[in-house]
Amino acid sequence: MTSYPSDLRYDKEHEWIRVEGDVAVIGISDFAQDQLGEVVYVDLPAVGDTVTSGETFGEVESVKSVSELFSPVSGEVVKVNDDLDGAPEAINEDAYGTGWMIEVKLADASELDGLMSSDEYQDFIASEA
Amino acid sequence: MALGARMVPFAGFEMPVQYVGIIDEHKAVRRSAGIFDICHMAEFRVFGFDAFDALQRIVTNDLHKIDELGSAVYTVMCAPDGTIIDDLIVYHTGDIEYLIIANASNREADAMWIRKHLPETVEFMDESDRTALIALQGPEAVRIITDLAGEEPSARFHLGEARLDETVPVILARTGYTGEDGVEILCHSSHAVAVWRLLLSFPEVTPCGLGARDTLRLEMGYALYGSDIDSETDPLTAGLGWVVSLAKGEFVGRDRLVRIKADGPQRKLVALTVSEGVPRHGYPVLHDGVLVGTVASGGFSPTLQRGIATAYVPVGLAAVGTALSVEIRRKTVAAEVVKAPFVTGTSLSAK
Repeated sequence: MTSYPSDLRYDKEHEWIRVEGDVAVIGISDFAQDQLGEVVYVDLPAVGDTVTSGETFGEVESVKSVSELFSPVSGEVVKVNDDLDGAPEAINEDAYGTGWMIEVKLADASELDGLMSSDEYQDFIASEA
Repeated sequence: MALGARMVPFAGFEMPVQYVGIIDEHKAVRRSAGIFDICHMAEFRVFGFDAFDALQRIVTNDLHKIDELGSAVYTVMCAPDGTIIDDLIVYHTGDIEYLIIANASNREADAMWIRKHLPETVEFMDESDRTALIALQGPEAVRIITDLAGEEPSARFHLGEARLDETVPVILARTGYTGEDGVEILCHSSHAVAVWRLLLSFPEVTPCGLGARDTLRLEMGYALYGSDIDSETDPLTAGLGWVVSLAKGEFVGRDRLVRIKADGPQRKLVALTVSEGVPRHGYPVLHDGVLVGTVASGGFSPTLQRGIATAYVPVGLAAVGTALSVEIRRKTVAAEVVKAPFVTGTSLSAK
């Protein structure tokens, strides 16, 4: 079953973000991984790269399709989940845990205000279906 | 939808891309057995004392190979300029009767083309709407169908009539598109659900969608119409010289193919592996930074756990071991020409 932890925030491109102080961990939601199917490849930025809110920061590829990843916030990439290189299936198995993608040092914390809560995101998914 | 299938429209049909997941379905077929609903495929019946001679002039392969009743042959049919109209399997189903299985997307065009080249003495019937086709493939497939039919199916590339569970009349063709042994089950569309359920009653059978059908055939290097071959490619360039019999006499496209063979094809369809990522149809293929071709078929191989592809490249770059690269969107990754099939040791290659 898909789940949407309430301590996370979500964007319309189906990324989730967990804020811890001035850094934020980013991944894709259970809904997104379920729609994609089995993930076989992830292309992520390098530590030190900059990401911009609403712009692509990488790609996630399943057997049948490729999708761009959009950053919910702006800032500098301070950590990248290199484990996904050899085990991208973690995104399907544990989207909010071992399937995390990048950690970003927030450039503008006010960008978080534009993101959705778990309840809002679930309403959003329902309205898109 | 009760089986959890994810549907997409394909050639006018609502088709399941996947049931449980492409990789699981793929592995089930390589390990045990899978079933595929391929009712969308086109079936034509050609009947008459002049049928043999007429078909012999339409397809590139030599139909004398299927003089034996119940035998089948893979072939293409070409336009006068040698380009491929479609790839087909022709079954010799009766003394003066042939059954052709063709691609769904080419059904109308094929029917028109074949009709146009048949004399009035030969009857042509498009059986597609009332014909169901279900493929059962995998190392366990023959055991399962033997169980259901009460006897072992005919030899490879042969077909025969059978009754499943002593009740459902079917035709069992020992053919497939996965690299595994198995059968393609033809029956009246009113029996399709019964056949599907009988097959599913075996716990070792996994329902598979179009996604796994594509990854399985790609691992074997089997051509897909629309990706590897199309109305702009000829069979010799596509590596399908083995289905072209220039010696059998006149057929549509022969003159052109004789010339291509004499000159030697300029390009060749090769198999590629890539160092990372998943190559897809249309991605640029480079040699020393220069564009030399594009990916024909590409995807992720669940067996090899890596991206694989086919591509047309100049013959000088077609040798196994040639280093190329593929532009996978923003990245250029290393690629190498390898020998097809990508995957060996399947239940079919073991035979």
